Amino acid sequence: MSGPAPAARAEVRTRPEDPPEVDVAHAGRVKHPLRWIASAVLLVLVAQLAHMLATNPNLEWGVVGSYFDAQIIGSGLLTTLELTVIAMAVGIVGGLLLAVGRRSENPLPRAVCAAYVWFFRGTPVLVQLIFWYNLSALLPRLSLGIPFGPSLIGGSTNAIISPLLAATLGLGLNEAAYMAEIVRGGLLAVDPGQIEAAEALGMGRARTLRRIVVPQAMRFIIPPTGSQVISMVKATSLVSVIALSDLLYTAQTIYNRTFQTIPLLVVVVLWYLVITSVLYVGQFFLERHYARGATRHAPQGFLDALLLRRRPFPQSGPTPTPELPS
Amino acid sequence: MTASSNASSALSTAQSPTAAAPPMVRIRAARKRFGSLEVLKGVDLDVDAGQTVVVLGPSGSGKSTLLRCVNHLESLDGGSIRVDGELIGFRTRGDRVLALHKREIARQRREIGMVFQQFNLFPHLTVLQNVIEAPVGVRGEPKAEARERAQALLERVGLADKADSYPRRLSGGQQQRVAIARALAMRPKLMLFDEPTSSLDPELVGEVLTTMKDLARDGLTMIVVTHEIGFARQVADRVVFMDGGLVVESGTPEEVIGNPRNPRTRAFLSRVA
Repeated sequence: MSGPAPAARAEVRTRPEDPPEVDVAHAGRVKHPLRWIASAVLLVLVAQLAHMLATNPNLEWGVVGSYFDAQIIGSGLLTTLELTVIAMAVGIVGGLLLAVGRRSENPLPRAVCAAYVWFFRGTPVLVQLIFWYNLSALLPRLSLGIPFGPSLIGGSTNAIISPLLAATLGLGLNEAAYMAEIVRGGLLAVDPGQIEAAEALGMGRARTLRRIVVPQAMRFIIPPTGSQVISMVKATSLVSVIALSDLLYTAQTIYNRTFQTIPLLVVVVLWYLVITSVLYVGQFFLERHYARGATRHAPQGFLDALLLRRRPFPQSGPTPTPELPS
Repeated sequence: MTASSNASSALSTAQSPTAAAPPMVRIRAARKRFGSLEVLKGVDLDVDAGQTVVVLGPSGSGKSTLLRCVNHLESLDGGSIRVDGELIGFRTRGDRVLALHKREIARQRREIGMVFQQFNLFPHLTVLQNVIEAPVGVRGEPKAEARERAQALLERVGLADKADSYPRRLSGGQQQRVAIARALAMRPKLMLFDEPTSSLDPELVGEVLTTMKDLARDGLTMIVVTHEIGFARQVADRVVFMDGGLVVESGTPEEVIGNPRNPRTRAFLSRVA
């Protein structure tokens, strides 16, 4: 121990009534007996679960293994992925348009965008899916032409709206309403001073939005969008009601024939977990990309995040702290 | 017009000092209200090319609002502002006055640099990217050329080694100097400073004021809203004291700061200094 300089020591006066000198460097740690009890209980429960998974014959792990990479499951998986990507693309583009529309200085687009969000968020996506699937009952023919005038091209609704298109429309248009709110929130989170600075430099509205506002809003948009994508992966299983062969529907058609219900559902669960885990990794790197310049800290590595290692200092502002997929 | 007395007095002041060169900034009977609060009540102000005018005044006197009207961040409710002869935010057709389209306002703002109290650097861009964003994106300057000029500007504000840093990693004083370089990169005819040192730690104020002094010496036309009396005394060609939405007193630093005539100016200076 390097003692304080003698000159400084001389400044300190000790009086007899002073409390005894204390050095906190060797302080003991606080004991947490409840933590140990909670950990023991959790360990027992986890062990029980593991034992059940390993020994329960109804799981039929052999069947799970044989179907996990079966071609028919693969094609269902492909449909699920395809639907997720298309519906999410529709949702993100639509959401961006709706969010910008709601910032318009013209009240008409503002009202139309607000009404859209109100309608699509206010009705169940399952109902919307069935509605699009049965669109031909409402509009037997679809055509493109002059409003209230002659049509240029058209055809029967049943020929145009395939189950895949119905699913894309149902999931995508519904998603757009949610994405609109997420994007709007992100745009609102950007400091108005940023817009003023861009305007003072002579940047136009579109350029300010594209170069200054949206890149900063992305930090606030990506975390909720990531969970929307994961929700979408799972929401695509709803399309089994309109007989589209996604992952779940494919598994259902197999176990309806073979009665291996549980093993096939396990296959489905495992595949959904694989997809969502891959998405989780992608989201981590996307968030890190858009966080550049946002904090004074060096970016966190993926393994650190995975192992729930804490950062040395708490970050300021709303930080997207990654969590393990539950 | 109710402000006829204002207008006639403005004309006399406009004609007497310099009949030769028109002023760079010409503010006449400027009025602005926010709801029921009248912030500017008919402000007249001329700034000649190459001059540095410091606007002093208590908070709420309308000085920041006046500055924000000069580049149309706020729209005037009455009167007019001309920069280099061009009406800001409006145009005339015959004897009618029409609001300008946003695109035209953006074009006018390219000629007017602004430095904010809160710096407002773009945090997602590096220092260099902050400086070249508008020259490249708005003026269409080639990137290599803009980069070279940006590097020279950063050198001028003493931050050549910070070109690749993100703004949040810089101190407040460094951020404000980057903000000055960013505004200068557009080669403005006029620079507006809105309390540029008010959110800085005391030991960082000096570096920003030194940078601004250099600009004033180089003959840039500047309007500076500040509480730094020392800066006003040393650098200003003219000091304008505002209170209650009006210009109360105006003149050389010696006149306004050294020997204030208006009791309100005197009261303010005794509180600040």
